[in-house]
This record gives sequence, C-alpha cells and structure tokens, in this order.
Amino acid sequence: MLAFLLRRAVQSVLVLAVVGLIAFSMFRFAGDPVNQIVGPDTPVSERAEIRRSLGLDDPTLVQFGRYAGNVLRGNFGISYQFRQPVAALLAERMPATLELALCATVFALTVGILMGVYCALRRDTALAKLFQAVSLIGVSLPTFLIGILLIFLFSVTLGWLPSYGRGDTVRLGWWSTGFLTLSGLKALILPSVTLGLFQMTLIMRLVRAEMLEVLRTDYIRFARARGLTTHAVHFGHALKNTLVPVITIAGLQLGSVIAFSIITETVFQWPGMGLLFVQAVQNVDIPIMAAYLLLVAAIFVTINLAVDLLYSVVDPRLRLATGRAA
Amino acid sequence: MSAHETSAHEISAHEAALAAPIAGAAPPAPEAPRPGLARFLGSDLWASFRRSKLAMGALAVTLLLFGLAFAAPWIAPQNPYDPAQLELINSNLPPLWAADGQAPFLLGTDDQGRDVLSAVLYGLRLSLIIGLLGVAVSGSLGIALGLVAGYFGGIADALVMRIADVQLTFPAILIALVVDGVAKAAFGGALDTNATILLIVVSIGLSFWVQYARTVRSSVMVERGKDYVQAARLIGLSAPVIMVRHVLPNVTGPVFVIATINLALAIITEATLSFLGTGLPETMPSLGTLIRTGNRFLFSGEWWIVAFPGLALAGLVLAINLLGDWLRDALNPKLQ
Amino acid sequence: MSAPILTVRDLRVAFETRAGSLPAIDGVSFEIGRGEILGVVGESGAGKSVTGSAVIGLLDPPGRIVGGEIHLGTERIDTLPPERMRRVRGRRIGMIFQDPLTSLDPLYRVGEQIVETIRTHTDLSARAARNRAVDLLAEVGIPAPERRIDGYPHEFSGGMRQRVVIALALAAEPELIIADEPTTALDVSVQAQVITLLKRLCRDHGTAVMLVTHDMGVIAEAADRVAVMYSGRIAEIGPIESVVRNPRHPYAIGLMGAIPTLTQGAGRLAQIPGSMPRLTAIPPGCAFHPRCPKVFGRCRVERPEPIPVGTEPGGIGTDPARIGTSAVACHLYDADAAGGAAPHAEPLQVR
Repeated sequence: MLAFLLRRAVQSVLVLAVVGLIAFSMFRFAGDPVNQIVGPDTPVSERAEIRRSLGLDDPTLVQFGRYAGNVLRGNFGISYQFRQPVAALLAERMPATLELALCATVFALTVGILMGVYCALRRDTALAKLFQAVSLIGVSLPTFLIGILLIFLFSVTLGWLPSYGRGDTVRLGWWSTGFLTLSGLKALILPSVTLGLFQMTLIMRLVRAEMLEVLRTDYIRFARARGLTTHAVHFGHALKNTLVPVITIAGLQLGSVIAFSIITETVFQWPGMGLLFVQAVQNVDIPIMAAYLLLVAAIFVTINLAVDLLYSVVDPRLRLATGRAA
Repeated sequence: MSAHETSAHEISAHEAALAAPIAGAAPPAPEAPRPGLARFLGSDLWASFRRSKLAMGALAVTLLLFGLAFAAPWIAPQNPYDPAQLELINSNLPPLWAADGQAPFLLGTDDQGRDVLSAVLYGLRLSLIIGLLGVAVSGSLGIALGLVAGYFGGIADALVMRIADVQLTFPAILIALVVDGVAKAAFGGALDTNATILLIVVSIGLSFWVQYARTVRSSVMVERGKDYVQAARLIGLSAPVIMVRHVLPNVTGPVFVIATINLALAIITEATLSFLGTGLPETMPSLGTLIRTGNRFLFSGEWWIVAFPGLALAGLVLAINLLGDWLRDALNPKLQ
Repeated sequence: MSAPILTVRDLRVAFETRAGSLPAIDGVSFEIGRGEILGVVGESGAGKSVTGSAVIGLLDPPGRIVGGEIHLGTERIDTLPPERMRRVRGRRIGMIFQDPLTSLDPLYRVGEQIVETIRTHTDLSARAARNRAVDLLAEVGIPAPERRIDGYPHEFSGGMRQRVVIALALAAEPELIIADEPTTALDVSVQAQVITLLKRLCRDHGTAVMLVTHDMGVIAEAADRVAVMYSGRIAEIGPIESVVRNPRHPYAIGLMGAIPTLTQGAGRLAQIPGSMPRLTAIPPGCAFHPRCPKVFGRCRVERPEPIPVGTEPGGIGTDPARIGTSAVACHLYDADAAGGAAPHAEPLQVR
C-alpha cells in the first residue's frame, strides 16, 4: 500500500514538473517579457539592465530552476494587467471558485447517483426514459448555453434567482464565504447547477450502466436466492458494488470541475479564478495563465491521489493486493 | 494489482472493446468485392440505421444544417460580414411573427441592424468549417501519434502516452484557451480573421488528439502481433507502409465514431472560445460570438438575438451527438 | 413413500423473444422426496438450470412460467406474490450456483453475508447469528472458522468458497437445496470433496437436493434418483441404479455410454452424433429423433409422453413422475400403442 502510494506520488510530482515546464515555456513563447514591463521608448541600455536584473541572460535551465523555486515558495510573479502579485490575486478569488465547485460537485453526485440508480432499477418506466433523454441533452449542450437558458428562465422570466455575482459574502479570515447569507446561497444555485449539470449527466449514465451490469452478476442472483429483501439486494449489494468503479471515474471528472468553472464563471460573472483566467487570456497576462495552469494541475493531482486512497479503502480486494505488494 | 493498473486497464479494455468489432472483421474479406453502395445497403449498419428512428432524425437534422450552412452565401438574405448592408434603422427588430416584425427579417435583427437569420446561417457555416477542420487536425495528429506509439512501442510509446496522460489532466477547453492565449501573446494580438480561424483550429486540434491516439494505439498493439502483419513484414514491406495500408484500415470504425463525437465537441469548443471572447470577433461572428453578443440583450427583452443562434448550435450539436451515439452502439456488438 | 417435498407438474417455461415465444421447458413433471437427492442431467441447453431457476422463482426475463404447477410440501409456490416467494427463498429453498468465485459479494466479509442471510430469515440476535455462522463454517469444513469468518471472499480458494456458498445455502435450514452445477467450476481434485460434503450435510439435516449437472460421474456419486433431460423435457427418470446401469431411453443410453469406466478398456467412448436442437428449431414428434439410432416412423410425428416402466419398489403407478417410479418418454416402450408392439420391449443394450 505504502509503496503504491509512493509510486503514485512520484508520478504526480512528474506530472506537476511537466506542467511547470509548460508554464515556464509559456513565458518564452510569449515574446520578450521586457516589452511587457517597459514602454516602447525605453533605451536599449535600460532594457539590458532590466533583462539582467530579471535573470533573462542566464541559461534556460537556471531560469527554469529559479521559476520552479519561486513557484514552490508561492511566488507566481506579478500580473501584467493588475500589477499585483499573482498569488494574492488567486488567493482572493479562490474561495469563490472552490465554493462553487463544491456545490456543483455535491449537486452532480447526489442527483447523478439518484437518477442513475432509478434508471437502472426502473429502466422501463417513463421517468427513466425522460432522465435518459435529459442526460443526452445535458451531455450535448455547451455549458454556457445551459447557463444562459437558466438565467433566461429563473432570472429574466421568473425573477427568482440572481443572474450574476456571489451575492453578499462574509469574511472568515482570508476566506470569503457565500454560505452564510441568504443572497449568497441564492446566488450559488444557478451557477452550481450549470457547472454540475455535465458531470451529473455523466455520473448518472455511468451509475446506470454500471448498476445494470452489477445486477446481472452471480452474486446478485445468489443474494436473491438467499431470500434477501429487494432493498438489501439493491442497496446493500448492487449499489455498493456499483459505486466502486464510479468513485474513480467520478473523482477524476470532479477534478475537472474546477477547470470547467471558467465557462460558468464567465456566464454568471462569478468573481472566481476562472473569470480571472479568462480575463488573463483576453489580455495576454501570462503570469496569471501560468499560475492558473499549475494550480489546476496541482488540484487535479491531489484529487487523483485522494481517489486512489478512497478506492483502496472501499474495495477490500485492492486493499489486500496492494498490501501484499508493499 | 494496483489501483492505477486497474484504472488503466479499464480504460484500455474499453478502448479495445471500441476497437474490437472492427478489428475482428478486419482482415480483407475473401469474398468477391461488391460495389460499395450495395455492400453498405446490405450491411448490418444500414439495417440498424433503418431500425433507429432517432438516428434517422438525427441524420436528417445534421444534413439539413450542413446544407443550410454551405448554401448560406446563396440563401441568406444578407451578408452579415458586409457592414455596408447593415442599416441601423432596422436595428432590434423582433421576428416576423411578432407584432413589430418586418420583412424581410424573418428572425428579427440585432442592435446593428443585422439580419439574425443571415447571421445564424453564416455563423453555422463558420462553426461547421472550424469544427470539421479541427477534427481533421486532431484526427491526423492523434492517428499518427497512436500508430507510431502502438507500432514501435518503447520510448516512442512511453513519450506519447505520458504526454497524453498529462494532457488529460486538463479539460480540452483549458488547453484550447492556453494555446490561444499563448499564440496571441506570441503574435502580439495583430491577427486577421483568417489567422484567428487557423489558430482556433490548431487549438482544437491540440486539445482532442489524445482519444484518437489511445484508441489507435491499443488496436495497433492488438494487430501488430497478428499473422498478416508478420507476413507483411516478412515480405519486406516497410513500417509506414504496413501501418498505413494494413493496420490503419482496422481502426477506421472506432476512429470514425470518435471523429463524429469529436465534431460535436470541436463545435462546442469553438463556440465556447468565441463566447468567452477569445474566439472569432464580432465582425465575423460564429454561433458562439452571436450568443456572446446576444447575451447582452437578454435582460432588455430582445431574446431573439441570442435564442436563434443558441437553438442552431444546440440542434447541430445534439444531432451530431445522437448520430455518434448510435454509431458507437451499432458498431459495438457487445451492446446488442 | 413419504409426501414429496417438491412436486413439479407439467411445468412449462417460455422465453419471450422478438422471434416469438420459445419453449425452454415443455411439460416437465417430477417429485423430490424429503431428504432425497434428485440428479438432473442433460446437455447444456436441455433446460436443467431453467427448471431449477423456475422452482426457486428466479427466472431471468424474458423467461417466465407459462404453465404447470410447483408445490413445496403442500404449498403451491409458482403463484406466490413476489414478497411471499422471497421469504421462501433462502428459508425453505436454498440455492448453490455454478461458480463459487462469483457467487459471493466481493465487498462483504463472508461472515457478514452469512449473518445477513440468517437474520433475514430468523429472529436471532447479531451475536447468536454470528455464532451460528461460525458453526456453519465449521460444519462445511472451513478450518479456523472463528478467524476465517472475517475474511473476504477473495481470500478463499475456489473449493473453500464453494463451501462458504454451501454454508450460505444451508444457513436458514431449508428443506430443499437446488445445486446448479455445484462442481463444474472447481478443480477435479476438489469436486469429489464438495460432493461428499453436500451429500453428508443433506443427510444430516434431512435436506432434499435437486442436483443439476451435466456430469454423470457426479450424479452416479451422489444422487438417489436421476432425471435425464433433453430439449426441455424429461427423457427418462428413475432410481440411479436403474438409469445408470440399465438406461432405456436411447438418449440416456448414449449418455451413459459417454461415461468412462475402468472396465471399458481402451475403447473409444460412445458419442451421440449431432447436437441438441436449438429452441427455435425443435423438430416435431420426439425432439431426439434426428439423432436417435432407433428412430422409426411414429417418432417423427408424435411426441412421446412419459411411460411408467420397470419393477422398482413402488411399482408401476398411474403417475409416471412419482417417487420410486421409473418412466421413459419413448415410443419404443409403448406396449399398448395401436399398431402392435414396439420393436424393442426390452431395455436396449448398446455396449
């Protein structure tokens, strides 16, 4: 088990190193950074001075090493647009994105699993077929279109929910939360549904397919033959076995929720990291783009490791097998 | 067995399953060759298509939208790219059937006096062209890398697959945005529309090659060991010839399925890029750009400016997805 | 003869498909006495397993019972509502499946699964149920049961898992166990052990067994009586000695010829030419006639019904399916048929 986790950790570090390399090379692709700092009429000597002070004359490897060191210390450079440290900008906007992603995840998991289980157990009912049709639309339609549709329905037409922003937030230390005010909670609903819808349909289809598969297995037949109640067969045995593979794929999917929030945040003008990133792309703000990329990779890698851990907790076969390998 | 191996195994098993039916049917049939159309009409695929009303409907919608898109310059009442044709006096007109509707603006006009129907037709055309080009780029890239990785194995394989792993860390839209942003930085924002289109196509190509590569690689690894490939090698055919002429035909089925579904994804990606404001400019709007502009008028009541581009995009993507779904099921005997 | 524990009368099961209703079981009648082991043999697809599934009420759709009756003791069970039938399963009828590797839920400890079964059917406390589970594991010959009870299925070998499955089937002391190919998936070395165990347990508990298998060796080893099935019908049924030593139905004769014996020497095993018809193409008359070496005109047009034969204890009754009776569904033995005696009134000898 330990050896396995170590191996995964090493792989994760490698992924992060590659992403770091990409992030670093973005600065090089993006032309001479000196131009970003000085005006067009700055004399050549001054440019050379800045160049030296930024260490741009050093070998590439040295520069990468310095960049990596800075990143590890939480120094992502200065935003070209805002003239502020990128780390501070991201930290300020992180709570908004994380709260949105959390709500979207909870929504996607609960509704997705419930609908998937229903579709598997009552596969021929009209409601199950409706769920299937809705899931196809959910997978097909672009996120921003769904967001616009929801805004049109619930904000413009019905006037029930706000169409942009976080509502009122409460500061808890450096964290600003929308969970503690009514307007904050209301503001979370539409963006969370928009962001979670795609994952929800995915999870629903996955749960349905997986559970239908499990219901055909011998141990489910045997559980029935043992005279267990339908409830015990469906939820004690079938659902639990269904969720084992679902955990992995759902976990990996949920890692991308944070990155997907770029679109949702733009639609709802949600003041999170995704909106910051889109503005950075529009304004060619490389430090923010690079930092965001690294952050998403780090979150994804962390979730991956967590999923691996969870997986071995849930599945006894794996627990033993990896235990032996260790 | 470790969790990682399990998940990797599941993925490759899935891909193998996707590839299997075609691979199984692959070695050139010894029977007398029939004309292409007759063979298609006699195939299981056609029979399955005739059974599925949903697939027929999806194909009809797809063909209709393709037709409208490519006929746009001839059937659109207006050229929305030509500012000379726009009259501000005609701005913000509702659709024809509404009280204030005016001919010839069937679906109304936007704030510039642009005919929404014409804009949608031209936007559809642009979205489709970019989608198809994007699929072509990502498909060629993915197939080439998959062939190389699967056929040669070793370092080439490890390299390609590790890059694929890293790339899978990020959603495609993020990759496309980064490629887009970096390119803009590199070229200093001085891009004309054609260069912008090219840039978006490349962004899409770089975002979606992984699935092709993985699928092709796993089927190539299956095929590589088979007798006919060994035989081809023995008679002295070179690796590229064997790959292209003998191994590649075996993966056309799954690749076609991926390409169909990817066309929908590529169109969505382009629309999303344009919606986020990093895609096509308002002077040459794709469906995504139209939705971005129309979105501003949602609250002032001019719903038609966003609704019709949105409907066109939704219809197109849904129809292609349905077609892809059906194709995947039809080509996978395990599901029948 | 005591009253039978299981009575199946003219059971018919059909699979509803797009191509129409396919008869998987077409008029099967038999009885199993208390504590008796009835072997059911036949090729795959003969309807052995379907019969077992029908008895326990677990036919997989699109299969369903379209005719006949099933009685457990004095209660008719094929018409019970699902919840009542659920209480019969496990409590009064236990079941053992073919593959012990896939019969147990991989995510639960074996003890949890036994306790779950016991507590579903009895009022035992968790502690009492666990004690009973340990006893059961000991009884099926699992070493160190108080430790192994907390093991997961994957920690047991195939033979050990089948023992666990047997313990599970016995957990609520059922009157009847349906064992569907219980040894097929096991190593040859373990097969005999498991059969011996099953036989001993059922004798100790007075449990009757419907032993479904295609392995004549297993039948010869364990069964009191045997029913030979072919294409959804019983070709021959009777006491084990009579059917194995002295088979009457040409198909049964062929089947017995396929058992290797030490006395047979180096000769080739007898084979039945051809294969069993598919459900979509069951020939008219006797389903076996295209493969039958003794086929004659009547076989091709008229389907043979079971005819009581032999002089076993209990004698020739009016009901050919009764315990202690031998019956064979073959026109060769129809002495009363119009048109005179059949070509062979005496049991056929092929060896």
